[in-house]
Amino acid sequence: MSDSQVVGAPGIAAKRERRAGQRRAILYIALIAVGLVAPFLAYPVFLMKILCFALFACAFNLLLGYAGLLSFGHAAFLASGGYVTGYLLASYPGLTPELGVLAGTLAATLLGCLFGVLSIRRQGIYFAMVTLALAQLMFFVFIQAPFTGGEDGLHGVPRGELFGLISLQSNLAMYYFVFAVFLLGFALIQRTVHSPFGQVLKAIRENEPRAVSLGYNVDAYKLLAFVLSAGLAGLAGATKTVVFQLASLTDAHWHMSGEVILMTLLGGVGTLLGPLAGASLVVSLQHLLAQSPLGNWVSVILGAIFVLCVMSFRSGIVGELATLYRKNFK
Amino acid sequence: MALIQQLPSRKTLVSSIAVAVASTLTFAAHAEISDNEVRIGYLADMSGTYRDLAGPGGLTALEMAVEDFGGSVNGSPIVVFSADDRNSADVGANTVRGWIDQQNVDMVGGLVASSVTIAVTKVLEENDRLGLVSGSAASSVTNEHCTPNHIHWVYDTYPLANGTAKAVVEQGGDSWFLLTADYAFGHALEADVTSVVEANGGEIVGGVRHPFPTSDFSSYILQAQGSGAKIVGLANAGADTVNAITTASQFGLTQSGQQLAGLLIFLNDVHALGLEATQDLLLTTGWYWDMDDQAREWAQRYFDEVGSMPTMVQAGIYSSTMHYLKAVEAAGTDEAQAVRAQMASQPINDFFARNGRIREDGRMVHDMYLAQVKTPDESTGEWDLYEILSTIPAEEAYRPLSESQCDLVQN
Amino acid sequence: MTMIFGVPMAVFMGQLTLGLVNGAFYALLSLGLAVIFGLLKIVNFAHGAQYMLGAFAALLAFNILGINYWLALVLVPLTVGGLSMLIERFLLRRIAHLDHLYGLLLTFGLALIFEGTLINWFGVSGARYATPEILQGGLNLGFMFLPTYRAWVLVAALAMCLFTWFMIERTRLGAYLRAGTENSQLMQAFGVNVPLLITLTYGFGVGLAAFAGVLAAPLYPVSPTMGSSLLIVVFAVVVIGGMGSILGAILTGLGMGVIEGLTKVYYPEAANTVIFLVMILVLMLRPAGLFGKEA
Repeated sequence: MSDSQVVGAPGIAAKRERRAGQRRAILYIALIAVGLVAPFLAYPVFLMKILCFALFACAFNLLLGYAGLLSFGHAAFLASGGYVTGYLLASYPGLTPELGVLAGTLAATLLGCLFGVLSIRRQGIYFAMVTLALAQLMFFVFIQAPFTGGEDGLHGVPRGELFGLISLQSNLAMYYFVFAVFLLGFALIQRTVHSPFGQVLKAIRENEPRAVSLGYNVDAYKLLAFVLSAGLAGLAGATKTVVFQLASLTDAHWHMSGEVILMTLLGGVGTLLGPLAGASLVVSLQHLLAQSPLGNWVSVILGAIFVLCVMSFRSGIVGELATLYRKNFK
Repeated sequence: MALIQQLPSRKTLVSSIAVAVASTLTFAAHAEISDNEVRIGYLADMSGTYRDLAGPGGLTALEMAVEDFGGSVNGSPIVVFSADDRNSADVGANTVRGWIDQQNVDMVGGLVASSVTIAVTKVLEENDRLGLVSGSAASSVTNEHCTPNHIHWVYDTYPLANGTAKAVVEQGGDSWFLLTADYAFGHALEADVTSVVEANGGEIVGGVRHPFPTSDFSSYILQAQGSGAKIVGLANAGADTVNAITTASQFGLTQSGQQLAGLLIFLNDVHALGLEATQDLLLTTGWYWDMDDQAREWAQRYFDEVGSMPTMVQAGIYSSTMHYLKAVEAAGTDEAQAVRAQMASQPINDFFARNGRIREDGRMVHDMYLAQVKTPDESTGEWDLYEILSTIPAEEAYRPLSESQCDLVQN
Repeated sequence: MTMIFGVPMAVFMGQLTLGLVNGAFYALLSLGLAVIFGLLKIVNFAHGAQYMLGAFAALLAFNILGINYWLALVLVPLTVGGLSMLIERFLLRRIAHLDHLYGLLLTFGLALIFEGTLINWFGVSGARYATPEILQGGLNLGFMFLPTYRAWVLVAALAMCLFTWFMIERTRLGAYLRAGTENSQLMQAFGVNVPLLITLTYGFGVGLAAFAGVLAAPLYPVSPTMGSSLLIVVFAVVVIGGMGSILGAILTGLGMGVIEGLTKVYYPEAANTVIFLVMILVLMLRPAGLFGKEA
């Protein structure tokens, strides 16, 4: 916020706003173009993994960045989406993948309602611990439940044919499906953030007592954000299951909840594109490290990045870039 | 200008593609070695629970095999990739998918956690590559999950039950209490042990399924003590087994007249636990470094490289890789089905396997051994841990094909 | 034989006793978390790793320096606690002015680093730490054979818990600490060196974890991952007890140990889950926890 904005007539501010909107539109179009040609330049399965985790991180960011709630249990939603989709697609061969994904998303949404009701009244650290413990409970449920394959996980989930028409067997077709799902999820988050609902969320994040005094039912708003975030995380998990044709306990482990925090933090909390950048970076890093002599040090390096981010890089890549941009080009 | 220059270059590009396609076709027709390289991926847990039984040591064993083979097959160099699956089926399947799509890997070795193996073999089957499974325990790998694209090399839960449990019952241990890891692998082992014990006139008097993983076994050991069974069978693996044995020794389980039967115990587990806690334990193993001169000689070479004695899995990785490379050489191709057929056509008799052969379900059957952990007094060195009691002949050790649920077996 | 709810008296009492032993560990760890939380307002996610470091320090001290168990019981908490003060001084203090969630994230990162590094050094199969000579063998309690070492763990952990409680509730230093928890700015104005107090508190809380680690060393295999699984359970214990009181942390820890032990008698499959179920119940009935104050 520079001083000139305050002094300037409303017309200038509106123009500025419009120009920013145009720039954002250009950026999005450029990114979509990159997304469309990417599978010809890089390995599609790797890109799909990035997109799935990016969607997961975006969903998580909706909660942390815009509602100010740090959930340490988001792995439960990723996993429940994955397991339900995987189970349905594997047991009912006639089911098309988009319906399977929808069912998984729905399951995660319902679980989100349950978790939300139990945890939403707690704040800050308490909220983080309650969600962590609830997710851990789900982890044991996934081990014991008959349909998850326990420790072995679910394998050989068919990719099937989209709408019964397009085979997703080829990586390229699968990629565009995942890309479409990601765009859909991203657009939904983008709309939410810029809607009046998103504005109220931000108000709650900034000053909850004030939001209460203005007559907002704060808990209901937070719950809705939580459920939305859970559903989108489930969508990411469901899509991931179709891509990799399996669902496993890895997705339910609390390390996964930590990883998504890292992705978001690294990319930039509360920025729309941050989670995408963070997820790309973390997934690429894991990919590269796994095949290098440093393979055994993945968790140490992730931990070090965590510490670095918290100590001196709190607004993340996108956040820092935005600051840089504002300083130098405005 | 620019246009004129571009036209011929585009033509060159098209014609070079045509040449490339044609040459690929010729290669395929001649069934030679793809990319003129034999590409091997080593996939194992390099940092988690199963690190010590395969892990980096297994990679060394695989590289020893490549080196001993001369580093190339019919003039085509052998290239090794390796990755950590972190015991996660999705990481494993993803890695192998990437290896196939990007590096055109011909064979994947290692393969430890059963869940990873089952996921990976599905990817291998889809892309018609070969997998040599050395670390996994579940007998379902070559039963309901069999594919024409993988071979299970070292051991599985069937001989573990058939070897240890049967021997224990024959020695008079006819009443059992089972401690089972509460997941698929534990359940399978529990089922196998139950049928073997009952078939030999024994009885299962009780049991408890514990969560996986568990670090505190005290209450289960307490229940086992209360059951009055002569034998406490451990149908679990890795850290769980280690913890159970430790706790049992603290509660004086063996001193009070009960005996432990570990159903899946690796050399590194015994080494970590020490002989004080594990002495007299009966176990079934596919190989032991000190079982004869051949084994000792190889183990000594491994020891010089790694600094610890090899487990049966690490030895099996060397053995399976060697057999694979020989088959590639003989078949003159690295095409999966040709190599698979060549491997199956040759019996396996090396420092690792005796009377070994590959069955149509992908099970490599070979002699198994019933061993007993030595007492601290009997042991003469840090790695002098087992005494081999008897040999279980290859044809008796594994699940007979007549009981197989594998689609590849004609029943 | 006397039966209790269909289970022999001996098994029942045995499990109850073992549950208390486990509860003692939960109590020690959640106590450390509570002490740190009280003054720093952060959840120390590295607590499990620091418990593990305590066990490893005892192991290495014995293997390399020949320091025996009893000495380790004193020296290791001092060393690990002392070193962790550096973490507070150079890392946590710099982010103290920020949202306390950053503290949780920072310590989570540290936990990953500690665990990963030790996995690379020692693998995960776990090393043995010999039970001290004098505590070997067992006590025949009539209804069960209780290894002496476990009895000692129960006694030592409870003594340490009481000592901590006494320190905080009954001494001058503890009074400062409690006052600092209420209003650290006012304390600063009164001339108390609050930053030093904070550093010492963190060191003390971590020292408790390291103490638990040394106690655990002869009991469980010493492995880099021994802390992380325990920590999640302890978190649930903390949620159940509420962050409010020292005594609450101790009582909840012991209570949850007993409940877990009894679950192992009646429905072993749920042993890992039962504490989380209790947690949900408590959250529904008393959102701030059994002993917590409503935030």
